[in-house]
Amino acid sequence: MSSFSAVVPSGSWLGLIGPNGAGKSSLLRAAAGVVAHRGQVLVDGAPLDLRHRSRRAALVAYVPQEPTLPDDMTGAEYVMLGRSPHIGYFSMPGRGDRAMVDDVIDRLGLGAFARRRLGALSGGERQRLVIARALATEAPILLLDEPTSALDIGHQQQALELVARLRDDHGLTVVSAMHDLTLAGMYSDRLVLLHEGAMVAEGPVAEVLSADTLAEFYGVRVTVHHEADGTVVVVPRRDRL
Amino acid sequence: MTGPSHPSSASGHPRLWVIASIVVLAAVAAAGAMIGPAGPDWWRVPLAMLERIPLLGADGLGISSGVTEREWSIVWDIRMPRVVLAGIVGAMLSLGGASYQGVFRNPLVDPYLLGAAAGGGLGATLVITTFGRSGLDWPVDPVPLVAFVFALGTVAVTYAVGASFGGLRTSGTLVLAGVAMVSLMTAIQTFVLQRNSDVVREVYNWILGRLSTATWSDVLLVLPYVSVSAIVLGMHRRHLDVLRVGDDEAIALGVPVARVRLVVVVAATLGTAAVVAVSGLIGFVGLVVPHMVRLMAGSSYRVVIPLAVTIGASFLILADIPGRTLSSPAEVPIGVVTAFIGAPFFIVLLRTRQVSR
Repeated sequence: MSSFSAVVPSGSWLGLIGPNGAGKSSLLRAAAGVVAHRGQVLVDGAPLDLRHRSRRAALVAYVPQEPTLPDDMTGAEYVMLGRSPHIGYFSMPGRGDRAMVDDVIDRLGLGAFARRRLGALSGGERQRLVIARALATEAPILLLDEPTSALDIGHQQQALELVARLRDDHGLTVVSAMHDLTLAGMYSDRLVLLHEGAMVAEGPVAEVLSADTLAEFYGVRVTVHHEADGTVVVVPRRDRL
Repeated sequence: MTGPSHPSSASGHPRLWVIASIVVLAAVAAAGAMIGPAGPDWWRVPLAMLERIPLLGADGLGISSGVTEREWSIVWDIRMPRVVLAGIVGAMLSLGGASYQGVFRNPLVDPYLLGAAAGGGLGATLVITTFGRSGLDWPVDPVPLVAFVFALGTVAVTYAVGASFGGLRTSGTLVLAGVAMVSLMTAIQTFVLQRNSDVVREVYNWILGRLSTATWSDVLLVLPYVSVSAIVLGMHRRHLDVLRVGDDEAIALGVPVARVRLVVVVAATLGTAAVVAVSGLIGFVGLVVPHMVRLMAGSSYRVVIPLAVTIGASFLILADIPGRTLSSPAEVPIGVVTAFIGAPFFIVLLRTRQVSR
């Protein structure tokens, strides 16, 4: 990543788009404090780096593109990991943490998976548990790296609707990297287009998702439809000779 | 709390497992104290113990066991240190194995991975070949001391090598550095042994592990290290659970991954090196007992760590009983017995759990 600067208003959803290798994942990893980086990530005007690591973790929940779900861990144990930032170094989860985990599991309708092993669950079920873990962190900021890449279209919608609902309920700020441009446009308030580590376009969905811009940076031929309800649909086009 | 509850810890009831395993450990330890070739009738042993507790014996309640001082000495000076040492060694090895498996996120790892055993073995070999095992009238037996130092030194070198290739953030390099150091130490040991073939048997006996010469001073020697190790590892059991989702996610969850890994490795190594120094190499326990525990009580380290201690201790005390009762010209090494008892048991456990899932 070379240049990036964006302000994400509290409670909004910023979509990161861009071709493979553009730096979407690196940006999210830097913001989550997983990789060393230059530059600053400010939350409420204060640099994230300067906060204690558990404070940082309590502010920013990060869901990687391919989360690790240990096969022999149970759903409830997995969601409990989200409480880590709130548990003292030498402490164990307390009653409050367990209540929080139970509450998240109930709210997301995951009760059936609480005692089951992660290895026995389907992709959609696993994704919901990953979101549940992020929610158990109670972090106001949610970083999602390709939250739907491993899911079929139905589960993609289900997972994104879940995030959208949780954002509304809890006032979460969401930053997500997404491959599917239509879905990215549908859920994000604003989009940032990254290309070779630099931010090349930023703005409302309809502005960033233009056929010309996408052609320039993705090298793709697309038709962009604007539906009556404001949805922007990006359809790949095939020019037949 | 209202609403449905989902036990958030392990499968089943972790506290019950811990209590049950403590009961088993007490029973196994009692059996270890009562069974032996010489000594008093087995049922007199508990009485003899009660008799020696103030206010219960002759000047109090008047419990009398009829055990002579000589018989008591067999129980207290020969059997008990052996039982206690077996318990400590078994607990430490399986605790160390579980911890290593946790920080390296690798189920095939045992506490000897980074060279604690190979280093200890080389240290012992050097002492025995240089001074000879018999005829030593030093005030302190140098074999465990040198083995301990070599074990720690080898792991330190492994860690330094692994870290210099960026091994602190990714555990893979550290494992490979361990493989390299173990090969090197073993090669040097083989070379030294080949040139001193007269003591091969002595060294071999040491390497195969033994509890037969256990004394209370052995117990006191290892106890501080093992206690510190167990306390530190116990305090990090929650971190081991977080590490299971990988370094990146653990960091994002606020865990100082490199520091936790260093602390856990140092603690597990300290305890392992201490038990290797007094009991040699006892295989199987460190690798397999943690897996037995996981198969029984679930995979959360919050349960695995305490159960590794109790089940590991019970397992080695139990494995030591046949070795000292079957009177044979040469005692069967404990490392052989652990594998003989443990492997079939583990296979059965693996099979029943596969079926029930």
